[in-house]
Amino acid sequence: MTVPLTIDVAGLTKRFAGRTVVDHFDLQLGEGRICGFLGPNGSGKTTTLRMICGLLIPDEGEGQVLGLDLRSERAEIKRRIGYMTQRFGLFEDLTIRENLDFVAQVYGLDHRRRRVGEALDRLGLATRADQLAGKLSGGWKQRLALAACMLHEPRILLLDEPTAGVDPQARREFWDQIHALARTGITVLVSTHYMDEAERCHEIAYIAYGVMLARGTTEQVVVASGLRALTGEGPGADRLAADIEARPGVRTAAAFGAALHVCGTDLAELRTAVSPWADQIRWTETPATLEDVFIDLMRHASDHSVQARP
Amino acid sequence: MIERILAMMTKELRQMRRDRLMIGMMFAIPIVQLMLFGFAINSDPRHLPLAVEYNDHSQLTRSIDAALRNSTFFEVTRIAGPGEADRLVRRGDVQFVVTIAPDFTRDLVRGHRPQLLLTADATDPTATSGAVNAIGLAVRQGLSHDLIGPLADRADRLPAIDVVTHLNYNPEGITSHNIVPGLLAIVLSLTMVMMTAMAVTRETERGTMENLLAMPLRPIEVMIGKIVPYLLAGFVQTAIILLFAALIFHVPFQGSVVLTVAVTMVFIAVSLALGFTFSTIAETQLQAMQMSFFYILPSILLSGFLFPFRGMPGWAQAIGEVIPATHFMRLLRGIMLKGWGVAEALPEVAVLAVMLLVLGTVAVMRYRDTVA
Ligand SMILES: Nc1ncnc2c1ncn2[C@@H]1O[C@H](COP(=O)(O)OP(=O)(O)OP(=O)(O)O)[C@@H](O)[C@H]1O
Ligand SMILES: [Mg+2]
Repeated sequence: MTVPLTIDVAGLTKRFAGRTVVDHFDLQLGEGRICGFLGPNGSGKTTTLRMICGLLIPDEGEGQVLGLDLRSERAEIKRRIGYMTQRFGLFEDLTIRENLDFVAQVYGLDHRRRRVGEALDRLGLATRADQLAGKLSGGWKQRLALAACMLHEPRILLLDEPTAGVDPQARREFWDQIHALARTGITVLVSTHYMDEAERCHEIAYIAYGVMLARGTTEQVVVASGLRALTGEGPGADRLAADIEARPGVRTAAAFGAALHVCGTDLAELRTAVSPWADQIRWTETPATLEDVFIDLMRHASDHSVQARP
Repeated sequence: MIERILAMMTKELRQMRRDRLMIGMMFAIPIVQLMLFGFAINSDPRHLPLAVEYNDHSQLTRSIDAALRNSTFFEVTRIAGPGEADRLVRRGDVQFVVTIAPDFTRDLVRGHRPQLLLTADATDPTATSGAVNAIGLAVRQGLSHDLIGPLADRADRLPAIDVVTHLNYNPEGITSHNIVPGLLAIVLSLTMVMMTAMAVTRETERGTMENLLAMPLRPIEVMIGKIVPYLLAGFVQTAIILLFAALIFHVPFQGSVVLTVAVTMVFIAVSLALGFTFSTIAETQLQAMQMSFFYILPSILLSGFLFPFRGMPGWAQAIGEVIPATHFMRLLRGIMLKGWGVAEALPEVAVLAVMLLVLGTVAVMRYRDTVA
């Protein structure tokens, strides 16, 4: 089954003052796909999203968004995609309604009143429509920003950490909404630092130091990492992280509650590494998690990127 | 396009309306400046405190006394005791002391040229120069009534300070007539440049710029949408100043009001374009403000607002010529005080138009539709 590609970029590169911030980034995304965009702080997620939505001109690389050229048709791209900025980008000194009204007018939408009214109802903010946007709590601001960037019914949504600071209930609603949108054929590229959110995506892209290090579905990424994991349960297991991490063959060790999660590429080596504590603690093999993979990538990406750069 | 400009304008007006401080500034700046420059700061001061030391009493000295009291240049605040003059001036109690020598009347009647000693506090030359002339004038006028009959020929032998002042357009030398039109130029320069420069950088600083840029708004649309509301603000300020000029300072309005408004519009547009250009360079509101102040200082000092333009050294005049306020000020003073018509105004308007074109182009060219 092939779905038409809505985002198709290759070799996107951006340098700031000679420093390569995004390095030959490739991404193909089909209609109705939700792609989670992950990576440590400063890895270039925002910069990449900005290049895709026409806010930054790449120094190198080509691409098409909705069949429009990334360089020459930026104005049209802006009209057709929805971009939610990482920092709250609406006007704090305008009311909720005025903000939505402004956006609707800029996009030249018809039936402005009705559309704004509907958006307010969907948001559940109809009764507070005349409150200043700046007075909203952080989570509500995020929801308002999302509503604003979807007002013109874009075919692509680029969301930069849309759920930062949003409570779990609202996050779940948000993700339900994202999936509902994807079912209508909207492509979503969403950056996040939350693992549970990554797991709710159809596919993920992991970037560190501007370089894409992992790409695919959750399972594909975990398998490709070749990571194996052991979970230790028993008295004091959670306090052994530092000791075990120092042993050969162990890449990461982290406590989860009372249990200890140990990761490495070779199961036999891992078993040897934990053997000194085998009598008090029961070790069982568990699948490596996405988080294991990302932590591992993050730790080892730095050396990789140092080599990759002169 | 119209739709998007309208959206920008509505947004700006709504934000402006909520910004109480800015609305306050919009009204307060012209009024406070008018008060300061129109009333308080007076480079042609009057009612300067003066003391008289009489060492002689006669009909003639009484005439001098009356003449000094009648003059609006001075306020005879006290009668000084013998030898007190230096101390009074030193302490700053008075600006001047007129000392009448013991044999003043006798010497005058005998035809000797009697001395009238004037001790002046000359620390502020603007305060003294006019007054020194005025004293000679007042004394001579005061005495002219008494020097009749046998004393008539003495009138010619008085210590003659021959000051011929011939003041055109502002015969009474009232500073505010000259200052108030200039003030319109200064107030507009300050507020228009600063307001627009800050209006754009505010978006960057608050993080709303990225969102604006991500929307299908073209640079020219953002610019017009932002500028028009401030144009209105500029008109409000112009109205305030012109009303004050007419009603409170009684500035004679020789030329046409329509022409005044027309050239003001051009000047406001130049200032807004300049403010917009600043905003494309400054990254924060603070920087925008600093740049505006950097601009406003030469506008006050070198435009002919405070000091006569032709009296400045050549290099200062050269700088002054590239400052928009200089040309606008000439236009205002020309139209309001000298009754300039369109033909006389044209050359200065042309300079402003060129500035508008250059600044507008720079602003549009520098405005980026990307974030970096
Ligand atoms: N306009 C700019 N000028 C110079 N450097 C920039 C600019 N924008 C971003 N950078 C740099 O590029 C790098 C990547 O930044 P970017 O914002 O894309 O990271 P990110 O992955 O979004 O991080 P985070 O998770 O913290 O949001 C950072 O080191 C940042 O300092
Ligand atoms: Mg970011």
